[in-house]
Amino acid sequence: MSQFALNTILPRYLQVERERVDKAVRQVGLDPFPTVFEMITYDQMNEIASFLGFPSRYQHWRFGMEYERLSKSYEYGLSKIYEMVINNNPAYAYLLEGNSLTDQRLVMAHVYAHVDFFKNNFCFRATDLDTLGSIIDPSQRQPDYNPNRRWIDKMANHGSLVARHIERQGIDKVESFIDHCLSLENLIDPWTPFTARTEKKKPVDDEEGPREIDVPRLAAKDYMEDFINPQEYLDRQRRKIEREQEQQKRFPPEPQRDVLRFLMDHAPLERWERDVLSVVRAEAQYFVPQMQTKIMNEGWASYWHSKIMTEHILSAAEIVDYADRNSGVMATAPGQLNPYKLGVELYRSIETRWNRGQFGREWEECQNLEDKRHWDMRLGLGQKRIFQVRALYNDVTFIDEFLTPEFVREHKMYSFGYSGKSGNYEIESRDFAAVKQKLLFQLTNFGHPYIRVHDANHQNRGELLLVHEHQGVDLRKDYAHATLEAMVRVWKRPCAVATKLEGKNVLVRYDGSEHSEQAYTVT
Amino acid sequence: MPFWYTPRVALKIDQDHARFRHIVRGRIRKNLRKFISKGELIGRKGKDQVSIPIPHIEIPRFRFSDQQAGGVAQGDGEVGDPLGQGQEGPGKGKAGQGEGEHALEVEISIDELAEILGEELELPDIQPRGKSRIQMAHDKYSGIRRVGPESLRHFRRTYREALKRQIVSGTFNPNQPVVIPTPDDKRYRSWKTSTEPAANAVIIYMMDVSGSMGDEQKEIVRIESFWIDAWLQKQYKGLESRFIIHDSVAREVDRETFFRTRESGGTMISSAFKLCKKIIETDYSPDQWNIYPFHFSDGDNWSMDDTLACVDIMKQSLLPWSNMFAYGQVESPYGSGQFIKDLREHFAADGRLVLCEIPNKDAIVASIKEFLGKGK
Repeated sequence: MSQFALNTILPRYLQVERERVDKAVRQVGLDPFPTVFEMITYDQMNEIASFLGFPSRYQHWRFGMEYERLSKSYEYGLSKIYEMVINNNPAYAYLLEGNSLTDQRLVMAHVYAHVDFFKNNFCFRATDLDTLGSIIDPSQRQPDYNPNRRWIDKMANHGSLVARHIERQGIDKVESFIDHCLSLENLIDPWTPFTARTEKKKPVDDEEGPREIDVPRLAAKDYMEDFINPQEYLDRQRRKIEREQEQQKRFPPEPQRDVLRFLMDHAPLERWERDVLSVVRAEAQYFVPQMQTKIMNEGWASYWHSKIMTEHILSAAEIVDYADRNSGVMATAPGQLNPYKLGVELYRSIETRWNRGQFGREWEECQNLEDKRHWDMRLGLGQKRIFQVRALYNDVTFIDEFLTPEFVREHKMYSFGYSGKSGNYEIESRDFAAVKQKLLFQLTNFGHPYIRVHDANHQNRGELLLVHEHQGVDLRKDYAHATLEAMVRVWKRPCAVATKLEGKNVLVRYDGSEHSEQAYTVT
Repeated sequence: MPFWYTPRVALKIDQDHARFRHIVRGRIRKNLRKFISKGELIGRKGKDQVSIPIPHIEIPRFRFSDQQAGGVAQGDGEVGDPLGQGQEGPGKGKAGQGEGEHALEVEISIDELAEILGEELELPDIQPRGKSRIQMAHDKYSGIRRVGPESLRHFRRTYREALKRQIVSGTFNPNQPVVIPTPDDKRYRSWKTSTEPAANAVIIYMMDVSGSMGDEQKEIVRIESFWIDAWLQKQYKGLESRFIIHDSVAREVDRETFFRTRESGGTMISSAFKLCKKIIETDYSPDQWNIYPFHFSDGDNWSMDDTLACVDIMKQSLLPWSNMFAYGQVESPYGSGQFIKDLREHFAADGRLVLCEIPNKDAIVASIKEFLGKGK
């Protein structure tokens, strides 16, 4: 039957190319996982892209929607996917059948750099699996690092788990529950895999009922007692202790950012619901590092593909083809940030700065622009520095540390916003601070609002209270309503989110049948 | 499988894609009333694909409101310059998994839309009249026999018979596989004649184009007749449409003219009915055709005498000939709307006549249901 199996093995001539690129990759010092290349048709490419790179996922209509979109835009010639690579060990990458040889080489070089990034950037340690398939502590990295990242298998397992539940519960029921879980997908804590597990709660000993509060007094001689420990002071202390005790009774005791985890642990879910929710959460966690490092990752891959291609692979005759393709990848459009472009330029800027020693106190304090322009201490630290950066930063820290006023000016960066007057998006500023602030805001929490679980027994009625940490931008109300509906479906009691709308503190609540809004201040 | 034919490999995504189409269908159904009362789809036919924007087919999340957000980009321009059309909205192209708002354009055929319309309005399938009387014969080459003209010889069957015979009789030599058929081996294609009931239908649209019928009224008629067409098209294989416009005189026009013409002058509905009668008499014998006259007017007839003449024609010929006679009265600021009242008076209990008032675009869906809901 093997003749009917999908034949995705690289043809001979590409295997030769792969070996060449592989050699060049090792030569420049990249350290990727073993990488498997497969050659597929545009149809399969669209399918796999709809599954976000995986050959097999659980059943859900949104993949079908993505497929419709991709295949339409391919048919109309609007877009074409050249390359796809999965963070997996070994990594899997797909080449599109029928691409030119130069394109295939370019893709290979690009892919290898991605895989190097997957392996070496600290964020991606969160995707290491232990043998049980749950996420392990990434701080325990061994010297010969060869982690279990068999996410292809794990996603396929998720697929069959969900399929089993669909068989029992019916597609409509399970699918609509998946919809609801996906609504909450962004309410996770990217740092959960890096923190210790929460300790078990000490059992409360309430045999004797609530104890009389024993207010600690300051040591004083008898006759000084009334002066050292006046009644007011004692009352104040008592109130403080009462408040603290109240705080302890609160559940969760600390606001919890990993809302999905909280729901998994505490929502009254049926077995299949818990399974579905855990699938959604695990997959959401898997994609977190890629969102955290979009600019860095694409920048890194672009940096290396251009270096490897121009210095090691291409012949003079192929340079123009390559440059044409490369310029397409680097193109910018008004109102859209091209992570490839920004990333690669930042790496290059870092390389130059560390080669010339344009960092540190002396550089910072230099006021003479002319000196700065010709600053070159011939340190040659550039390469070393960018390898360090690729391991130890994510987009937020990358931008925060390496975006300089000179860079913003040189690359014509601007911030834009919506102007109510013209009803258009307009360029707001070219000022370094403004640009940086806006960019960092977008990258923080991947441009999603911070929302935490504050109280699982709100108003003593088992309602769930979420709090949105308002940072200057309101939530979109219709979306908030729809998301609360999903939340109620999971929590099975009324849910509310405390936020700020148009400058007022409000509580947006959904009780299972009606949306309401009232003034509310988080205590 | 021949090497030159590589079929599209069945993909895992097909299942999800089918689910998605299913959901889209549901969405269209939900918003059908909105789509129907929009005139944009008109002018397309059966297999034509139309693009329908489906709003909000996405998974809601807590997210920032767009108006307050914005972003960072690279390029030329002064502070305060608007960003060109090229930008698809903020929050795109930055970190994220292809999020952002799309009004998704979904393609669907008019046939499928008509089907959804049928489901939504619970329109019954039409029982054609007199189908037992008209039969159409089809010849279909579906059988095999032992005699026939050489031009119909079935090569493969003949070869197989010959091979069977040679193997059984032991004359087949695998090393020299020569197969020679004898006349007994020969097999010929044969046909079977099947008769099918043929149901043909004609819609005769009549419209009042007198001065009192304004653009808005005509738009209603246009949309309404488009959907009636689409539905009946699904029900009958060969559907024909004829168009009559009238003020005080009637004339037959083509589809384009029917919806464009604006004339002033009085209204004599009987003129249209007379012409309709003539068309049926010459082209559509009532015992062979399913006939659907639709008449649209603002109900402002010239005189009572003329109304009586109309009633007479309907009683004598149009009603007995038709599956159903539909009269849709659009509301107009100039019309008296008397005609529908007169018809009600004269044909109170006659099931063959369907009357409906269509005050505005929103009423189109209800009137379609009224007209087609009887399954005639």
